[in-house]
Amino acid sequence: MTSTLRPPPPAPPRAAAQSPRPGPRPPRRRRSWRQALRRDWQLYSLAVLPLLFFLIFRYLPMIGNIIAFRRFKPGGSIFGDYWVGLRYFRMFFTDPTFWEVFTNTLVLGTLTLLFCFPLPIMLALLLNEVRTRRLKRFVQSVSYLPHFLSIVIVAAMVMQLTSIDGTVNQLVQAAGGEAVPFLQRAEWFRTIYVSSEVWQTVGWGTILYLAALTTVDDDLYEAARIDGANRWRQTWHVTLPGIRPTMVTLLILNVGSFMAVGFEKILLLYNPLTYPTADVLSTYLFRMGFGSSNFSYAAAIGLFEAVIGLVLVLSANLIARRTVGTSLW
Amino acid sequence: MVTVDTAATASESTRSTGDRRRGIRPTRGYRVFQAVNAVVLTAVVVLTLYPFVNVVARSLSDEGYIIAGQVNLVPRGFNTDTYRLVLSDSLFWTNYRNTVVYTVVATLISIVLTTCYAYVLSKKQLRGRTTLVGIAVFTMFFSGGLIPNYVLVTSLGMKNTVWAIALPNAINVFNLLVMKAFFESLPVELEEAAAVDGLNTYGILLRIVLPLSKAIVATMLLFYAVAFWNSWFAAFLYLDRQELWPVTIYLRNLIAGATGAENVGAIAEADEVQAEATLKAVTIVLTTLPILLVYPFVQRYFVRGVMLGAVKG
Repeated sequence: MTSTLRPPPPAPPRAAAQSPRPGPRPPRRRRSWRQALRRDWQLYSLAVLPLLFFLIFRYLPMIGNIIAFRRFKPGGSIFGDYWVGLRYFRMFFTDPTFWEVFTNTLVLGTLTLLFCFPLPIMLALLLNEVRTRRLKRFVQSVSYLPHFLSIVIVAAMVMQLTSIDGTVNQLVQAAGGEAVPFLQRAEWFRTIYVSSEVWQTVGWGTILYLAALTTVDDDLYEAARIDGANRWRQTWHVTLPGIRPTMVTLLILNVGSFMAVGFEKILLLYNPLTYPTADVLSTYLFRMGFGSSNFSYAAAIGLFEAVIGLVLVLSANLIARRTVGTSLW
Repeated sequence: MVTVDTAATASESTRSTGDRRRGIRPTRGYRVFQAVNAVVLTAVVVLTLYPFVNVVARSLSDEGYIIAGQVNLVPRGFNTDTYRLVLSDSLFWTNYRNTVVYTVVATLISIVLTTCYAYVLSKKQLRGRTTLVGIAVFTMFFSGGLIPNYVLVTSLGMKNTVWAIALPNAINVFNLLVMKAFFESLPVELEEAAAVDGLNTYGILLRIVLPLSKAIVATMLLFYAVAFWNSWFAAFLYLDRQELWPVTIYLRNLIAGATGAENVGAIAEADEVQAEATLKAVTIVLTTLPILLVYPFVQRYFVRGVMLGAVKG
C-alpha cells in the first residue's frame, strides 16, 4: 500500500536505454543493413565460403533442373540448349515403365516407413525396461554397429546371406525347402530390402527415443500407479505420450525421405530380374540418365520426385502441427 | 551370455530408472515380461552380429566348403590364402590409400565450412540470420537431384579429382544444426569479455569458442569422416580410373558381378563363383575392419552428437 504512494524509483535499465536518445531519432529500431555490415562484417565474412557452397552445390543444381524443360546435349550449356516445354513430363506420364517404377517407389517407401519407424520405438521401450545398466549398454552398442557400415558392405553381406550357398538357404534346406536364389527373384526383393534396412537402422533409431524416455516425469508414473495402472497401461498412458514429440518429429523426417527410398542400396542390390519390384524412380532415372544418356528425361523424373518429396514433408509437417501441435518449424 | 546376465542381475540392480519409478516388488507378469524381453534382446544381438560372424567364417574357409553351403558360424577348411591374395593386390592398397586421402581432405573441408557457418548462425542478434538458416534448412527437404548435380560437377571440371568427392557434400545440414545448437548453448559472457579485451571475431572463434568446443568438433569430425569413408556413389559417378577409386568401389566391383545382368547365369557356373566366394568375404572383412576397430572408442561421441541435435533439431 505504502509503496504505491511513493514516487516510482527510476528503473535503471530503462533509463539507460532511453538516455542515448539525443533528439528526434526513433528509439531502438532494428539496425539497418549498413550498420549491421559495419559492425559484424567479420561474422559475415565467415559465412561467405559456406554460402558459396550452398549456392553452387545446392541451389545451382535446383536451377539446373531447368533442363527438364529444355533440350540438353552433353557438352552443351548446363542449362540446356532450347525450350521443349513439358515434353519430357508428357513422355514419362505416358511411359508404362514410369508408372511401374512409381508404384514400386510408393510400395517400398510405405514398407520402409511401416517397419523402420515403429521398430526403433519398440526396441527403445524394451531397452528401457532392462534393469542392468551394463547389459543395456552392451545391447545398445551392438545394435548401433550396422549404422556405421558403408552401404556397399551391407549390400555385400546381404548378398552373401541370401546367396544359394548362404545361411538363409541353409535354414530353408534344413526346414525341408529348396534353395532359392533370393536376389534373382522379384517377389523376394521387398523382403530383403526392408529387412536389411531394419537391420541397419533399428538400433541407431533408438537413441533419440531413449533420450526422450529419460525425460518422462517420474511423478506421472507414480500417479498412474496410485490410480491402479499396471505396467502396460503406464506405458500406454504415460510413456508413449511422453515421447510423442520425438515420434512426430522423426515421423516427419521419415516421410521426407519417403520418395528417395534407399537409392544407393537398391542400385547395389537389384538386377534386371528384380526390376519388376526393385526399380524405383531414382534408379530408373539413373539408368535413363547414365545408361541411355537422356539427361533431360532423367532430370524431369528427378524434379517430379523432389517436388513430391517436398510436398510430402510440408503436408506431414502441417498435419502434425494441426493435430498434435508438434512440428519441425 | 545375455540371458544369464539378466536373470542373475535382475534382482540386485536398483540403479535403473525402471525400478525407482515402478515399485520394487516385481509381479509374476512382470517377471514373465523380463524373460521375454531378455529373449527378444538376445535375438536382436544375435541377428545383428550374425552377418559379421558369418563373413569372417567365410573369409577363412576353403572355397569348396562355401559352395557346398557348409560355412555358417565357424570356418571350414581353415586357411588364410585369400587374405594373402587380397593383401598382395596393389590395387587394393592403392584404393585403400585413396580412401584415407579422400576422407582426410573432405573431412577437413567439411569441418571448416560447417564450423564457420554454424558459428555465424549461432549469433542471435545477427541481421539476416533467419535467412541464412533458411538457406541451409531448405536444402534438407528439396535438392537439385542427381542429373543437375552431375552436369554441374562435370562442367566444373571436377571429374576424376578429389574435389568431386569432397565439395558437393561439404556441409551436412544436420551436422550444421547440431553445431549451431552447441554454440548457442555457450555462455555469451565469455565472448563479450573477450571482445572487451580487444579480440576480433576471428580471435574469439579461434581462441575462446573452439577450445570450449573440442568435444563437438571431435564429434563432427567423426560424423564426417565416417560418412566420407563409407561413401561410394560419388566415386562411382565421377572417378573413371581404377587408380583413383576408394576401397568401397573396389568392393563394389567385386560384388557387382553377382547381381549384374551379365552374370545372372553364373550361379550355375561353379568355377566362377568358387574363385570369388572367399575373395568377396575377405574384401568385406578388410574394408569393415578399420570401422570395427575404432567403433568401441568413438561410439559414445556419435551418440552424444545425435543427442545434441535433438536438443534443438
